[in-house]
Amino acid sequence: MKSVLPVLTVVAAILAFWLAAVVPMNMHLVADQAQRDGLEVSPETPVARQEVSGVGLAFRNPHLIPLTYDFVRPRLPAPQQVAGEMYDTIIDKKITSKRSLVYHGWVTLAPTLLGFAIGTGLGILLAVGIVYSRVMDRSVMPWAIVSQTIPILALAPMVIVVLGSMGIQGLFPKSLIAAYLSFFPVVVGMVKGLRAPDAMQLDLLRTYNASKAQGFWSLRLPASVPYLFASLKIGIAASLIGTIVAELPTGARAGFGARMLVGDQYGQPLVSWAALFAAALTAAALVGLFGLIERITLKRMGMQAA
Amino acid sequence: MLAIAALVIWAAGWWLNVRLANGAASDHAVVRVLIPLIFGLTIVVVWELLVRGFDVNPVILPAPSVIVERMLNEGPRLWADFQQTIIKGAMTGYVIGGLAAFGTAILADRSDFLTRGILPVGSFMAALPIVGIAPIFVKWLGSDWESKAAVVAVMVYFPILVNTVAGLRDTGPMQRDLMRTYGAGYWPTLMKLRLPAAMPFIFNGLKIGTTLALIGAIVAEFFGSPTVGMGFRISTSFGQLALDMVWAEIVIAAIAGSAFYGIMTLIEKRVTFWHPSQR
Repeated sequence: MKSVLPVLTVVAAILAFWLAAVVPMNMHLVADQAQRDGLEVSPETPVARQEVSGVGLAFRNPHLIPLTYDFVRPRLPAPQQVAGEMYDTIIDKKITSKRSLVYHGWVTLAPTLLGFAIGTGLGILLAVGIVYSRVMDRSVMPWAIVSQTIPILALAPMVIVVLGSMGIQGLFPKSLIAAYLSFFPVVVGMVKGLRAPDAMQLDLLRTYNASKAQGFWSLRLPASVPYLFASLKIGIAASLIGTIVAELPTGARAGFGARMLVGDQYGQPLVSWAALFAAALTAAALVGLFGLIERITLKRMGMQAA
Repeated sequence: MLAIAALVIWAAGWWLNVRLANGAASDHAVVRVLIPLIFGLTIVVVWELLVRGFDVNPVILPAPSVIVERMLNEGPRLWADFQQTIIKGAMTGYVIGGLAAFGTAILADRSDFLTRGILPVGSFMAALPIVGIAPIFVKWLGSDWESKAAVVAVMVYFPILVNTVAGLRDTGPMQRDLMRTYGAGYWPTLMKLRLPAAMPFIFNGLKIGTTLALIGAIVAEFFGSPTVGMGFRISTSFGQLALDMVWAEIVIAAIAGSAFYGIMTLIEKRVTFWHPSQR
């Protein structure tokens, strides 16, 4: 709990930086608009204003500064504008509305969770295979490690379109990407976890004449739980990012990714920013949820959470 | 016919690997490299045979031979894309983001209060879908490589920051006391003890950053780019249903990603030769 104050300080510093950046980022747009509304602006022509930096323009027109925080189509919206838009689209709008971020959030979250469940399940199975089969360890494991260095996420939109052209649409294509992205972190983490018991512990089970299955259920699997949770937290974040990127340039009509792009293309920056922050909140909530489950599980098992 | 051949080759490859992995020489360095190579090669051959055998539409999945042919024919164009996306976009952003993170970490390190604030906030930010800022940055900085470098810089900033800050805290009180008995001030302690001790952590962050850099550079190009670049080529080739070109870019991206990571691992080995994980 002693880190609450430092964290708040850092967050406040970031907010202050953001607030300060709003003025120069929007100054030119605000000055153009103010001139059209008949306010006094110096320098007087838009061309002359392009020569002056945003900060310089703010110094020469201090009376315009408050307007930068309340501009309709800002380059950089002010924090309270984003918060207002989020409040509006998350709480005020009906969930069934096409403008509700809760609706769009669910469109993104459902394939993320489905894909994550599939990816985690298959990942654990492969990890068990790798730990118990030398051939799989030697032939698959190097590729599992190499595959993590490949920017596969960049291809997510293409996967969606290929599957779409084959007539597969809806939940499944996005889940596939989410599954792929959570698969390898789980494999690598689980292999490490299942191998975590040391020679002494394995020897003890041998002196008990325990079978391979008993060794798995009562030693290897419990020992792998902390590693599994570490991987799950990486995997769920990766799954969510994968789903959002998959929605970005594919002409998807719903989901966080689609909202970000729609706001960008139709000159509604607030929509983009609200979607971005809502996505961030969702990611934080998911990682936080797994952190909580981790803490409870490890406590029940008599291990200290790492 | 070809499908049966694919099955036979798959079985043969697996049988060979079982023999090698359980054989007497299984721990030999050559065999260790050979086994994954055989596995990879069988997959490529089976892929080729299945695509030909079932006459799979090249719009869905082109055969490996077609992809390789395309790569050989389109050399100059692929090279131009590589320069635009990897060298200009990803590398510039990676260096800027890395230096910024390193600088922030060194500055914050002087205050224990700041460090305790930065660690949780930074690891929180590192888990967020930061790629989402790509459309915004492309709008701010134009469609050339500058906007891609900016996206990459922001994406790699947080993992490197968190790891550097964590690494700088990794020295024990005994070690710091030793430096104090030598009469070493802040800077000598930083240069001779704490920075070297932080290196394994810093390289961990740098290695996480390599993949993020490529992802950021390619994804940002989907939102606007000059008529060159890997992301641009992937999305336009896709529009023309030239899937072999898309796959050619994928292969380049995969090689570039692994090479980038590999280079970082090599540098790490030279720098942190003393760490238990390297011995």
